[in-house]
Amino acid sequence: MNTLIRQAVSVVQPRRTFLGRTGLLLSGTAIALLSGREALAAKADKAAESDLRILNTALGAELEAIAAYQVGAESGLLQKPVLDLAMTFQGHHKQHADLLAATIGKLGGRAVSAKDKYSFPVDTLKNQVDVLRFAAGLEKGAVSAYLGAIPLFGNRDLAKAAGSILGDEAMHWAVLRQAVGDVAVPGAFVS
Amino acid sequence: MGTFRSKGWLLICAMLVGSAAAGTPAADEYARGAQVYERCAACHALEADRTGPHHCGLIGRRAGSVPGFPYSPAMRHAGFVWNEKTLDRFLRSPLTTIPGTSMGYDGVKDNGERRALILFLREAGHSERCRGMSARAP
Ligand code: HEC
Repeated sequence: MNTLIRQAVSVVQPRRTFLGRTGLLLSGTAIALLSGREALAAKADKAAESDLRILNTALGAELEAIAAYQVGAESGLLQKPVLDLAMTFQGHHKQHADLLAATIGKLGGRAVSAKDKYSFPVDTLKNQVDVLRFAAGLEKGAVSAYLGAIPLFGNRDLAKAAGSILGDEAMHWAVLRQAVGDVAVPGAFVS
Repeated sequence: MGTFRSKGWLLICAMLVGSAAAGTPAADEYARGAQVYERCAACHALEADRTGPHHCGLIGRRAGSVPGFPYSPAMRHAGFVWNEKTLDRFLRSPLTTIPGTSMGYDGVKDNGERRALILFLREAGHSERCRGMSARAP
């Protein structure tokens, strides 16, 4: 399990590379403007705005995931090794959220912040397995969400970043499935 | 009145047999739709507003009209009502159907999966759970 977590972290770490490269897109826009190619610049602006919306929606979902793990952790239903695992996964979601917020800022957008209140189906969480299944469902949904975001990014570096996060969340999903006794990896593809 | 009521019961039984009994085509389609709906679980729930708005009562609702939900201007001004047809178009390709939507999701491209998903949204949208929700609403 530790190996999985270490792998996940090392996948997430090379983020500085693509953060650095997003500067290239912006200077491309500037060059288009300077050379009077407004149409091209406007198109790039539209693509950048669309990317920002996708990033902010993803950030909103990550912030909710952080809150969901907090609810799980504070439920008193998780035993020690499972609690540690949940906190590690929550830590990954925090890193995803930090990365997304930083990227949104770099691209000139305004990152959404966490809501004051989230509504989770807490009355259906009665034991450790319930909590783990709930978390697994969210992680599965997160994998689908990033999969659905990747083809939409105008900036391919952002698509790569989303792929990196998708991989991490797929690992969470597999580990959580394993923990409740389901087949860890249910198929050859995610959807 | 009596006959009306028993006719009502007959109708309900027919609906149960038609749409919910395991193994029937409609039940299979519903189960398939529920499975496709798991792809939406990072952002949506039937009964609660999350990153995306709740889906209870979706069919027949104006796009972008859940009170208090922070829609994009594009969705708020979409100007149509959700039905099988508008859902089919939107869910196939959200960003090209409503340019400027904040639902950053590529869509459900497979026609069969989309059909099942829409059947699920329609049936689940007025299920017991959803009726509980409207009872709780302010
Ligand atoms: C990444 C998060 C995300 C995912 C995944 C996602 N949605 Fe959404 N959805 C949103 C957001 C955000 C909105 C609000 C869009 C806007 O205001 O432009 C929305 C809006 C909608 C609406 C319009 C509702 C209304 O009140 O007008 C429908 C219908 C919908 N989503 C269905 C789905 C379905 C079905 C799926 C799964 C196949 C899905 N969504 C997946 C985030 C998501």
